[in-house]
Amino acid sequence: MKKRSAPAKTKVAKSTWATKRGLAQMLKGGVIMDVVTPAEAKIAEEAGAVAVMALERVPSDIRRDGGVARMSDPDMIKGILDAVSIPVMAKARIGHHVEAQILEALDVDYIDESEVLTPADDRFHINKHEFRVPFVCGCKDLGEALRRINEGAAMMRTKGEAGTGNIVEAVRHIRTVSEQIEALKGQSEKRLRAAAKEMRVPYELVKVTVKAGRLPVVNFVAGGIATPADAALSMWLGADGVFVGSGIFKAKNPAKTAAAIVQATTHWSNPTILAEVSAGIGEAMKGIEMRTIPESERLSSRGW
Amino acid sequence: MAGAKRRSAAPVIGVMAVQGDFREHLDTLASIGALTREVRLPEDLEGVSGLILPGGESTAMRKLYERWNLVAPIKALAASGAPILGTCAGAILLATKITDGDTPVLSLIDMEVQRNAFGRQLESFETTLTMQSLKPGGGATPLRAVFIRAPEIVRVGPAATVIAQLPDGKIVAARQGNVVGISFHPEIAGETRLHRWVLEQAAQHARRG
Repeated sequence: MKKRSAPAKTKVAKSTWATKRGLAQMLKGGVIMDVVTPAEAKIAEEAGAVAVMALERVPSDIRRDGGVARMSDPDMIKGILDAVSIPVMAKARIGHHVEAQILEALDVDYIDESEVLTPADDRFHINKHEFRVPFVCGCKDLGEALRRINEGAAMMRTKGEAGTGNIVEAVRHIRTVSEQIEALKGQSEKRLRAAAKEMRVPYELVKVTVKAGRLPVVNFVAGGIATPADAALSMWLGADGVFVGSGIFKAKNPAKTAAAIVQATTHWSNPTILAEVSAGIGEAMKGIEMRTIPESERLSSRGW
Repeated sequence: MAGAKRRSAAPVIGVMAVQGDFREHLDTLASIGALTREVRLPEDLEGVSGLILPGGESTAMRKLYERWNLVAPIKALAASGAPILGTCAGAILLATKITDGDTPVLSLIDMEVQRNAFGRQLESFETTLTMQSLKPGGGATPLRAVFIRAPEIVRVGPAATVIAQLPDGKIVAARQGNVVGISFHPEIAGETRLHRWVLEQAAQHARRG
C-alpha cells in the first residue's frame, strides 16, 4: 500500500496546538451565539453565526434564577450537535475537570471554561493541556489572559458582564488588555521579567505577546453585546470576533437581530452599512445598569 | 471587469475579508512582498489581479457574499484569468457541487466537496502531503498542511485536475486553470508556495492588463 515516493514525514498529528488554535482562527470576524435548543441553533446558523454555544439557560436567565449553574444536559448538547453543521461549543464550570471530560466525550468542538456557570474550584482552573479538545476562557486583563493561555487555553474572550445587555464592562476589559500590552512595549528584559513574575506566567509568554502586540491566541469580546453597534464597537476596539449571549434570543426579533449583528461584525468599519443593518430590527434586550448589580453578583469577578 | 484599464506593474492581491482567517493570508502575502487589499464589497475588487478566499465558516461567508453581491464580480475576475486560491471554506465556495444539498456559490472548479468530511474538531489534524507543482512541468513536492474540520473533495469532474491526495487517496486539492481549491491551511502552517504562485500569476495577469 505504501508508495515509495511518499515523503518521510506523512504521519498524522491530531489535537496539536496548531489545530486547537487554528479553529479559533477560522472563527475570526464572526459571531458565536448562545443557544438553548436545536431550533435556536438553526436560527443562529441561518443568520450566519460561525459557531453556537450550547447551554441550558442564557446568562440573563441564570442571573434571574440564581442557584448553581452547571454544565448542560448531554442530551440537549447532542441535539444541538445534530441540528447544525457549524462548530458547537459548550460550557464547563471553572475548575470542573470532569464536566470538561464529559463535554470532550460528547465530541463538542470547543469548551468554554466559563464564569457564567458557578465555579467548581476556588483555587485551580482546568489544566487544559490534558485535553484533546480546545478551550476558550474569559479574561478581564492581560495577566488573567496569559495565565489561562499558560494553562492551555487556545482562545480567549474578554469577560464583560454576561446577561446584562450592557457593553461597558466588555469595553473596559478589552481596553485593559490592549493598554497593558501597549505599556510593556519597548520595555527592557528586566521589566518584562518583573511583569511576568507579577502576572505569574513564564517570561517567554510575555515576550511573544509584547513582540506581536496582541495575545498569542485569538481574542473575542463577550458579555453585554446587545446590538449591531455593540458588535462593531468591539471590533473597532480590536476584537477578533464577538460572542453574543442573551442579546439575541432576548431581543424582540432574534433572527433579524442575529443577522444584523453578523453583518455589523463584518462591516464594522463602514457606518453606512451599520446604519442600514441596524434599522428596523426591533427592540434590543432590556439590559441592566451596572450600579444596580452588587459586586458580589458580578459574574466577571469569578476566576482569577 | 472592464479589462481595458491600465494596471500598475506591482499587482494587488485581494483577500476576501468578510469572515475567517484573512489576516493570516494577508500576513503570508506581506511576507513575500505582495501588495494586498481586504475585500468586503464589490468595489474592493477593482484593480485586484489575484484573489484569496480564506478559511472560515462557509455557511456564514455564503450569506455575506450573497447579501453584498460579491458572487458575480468574483466570477468575472476568474473569467478574466486572474489567479484565485480558496483554502478550506474558500474551496467549498469554489466547488460546482456541495454534498448533501447546499447550493454551490461560485462554481469555479468542477468538483464536489463534502463539508466536515473528516469529522468534528477532535479529528482536525496536521500532516505533510505531496502536492503537484502548479507550474507547467514542475514535479511533486512535500507540503506542510493543517486540516481544521476540513472538507474533502469527493469527486473531480473532467474540467478539473487533482493536485494533492492523502495517502489513503482522499483528494484534498484540485485545480481548474487559474483557480485552485485546497482543503487545508498553508497560511497557518508557514507555507508560502501557493501564495507565491498567486503572486506570480497575478503579476502576469496585471501585465496582460
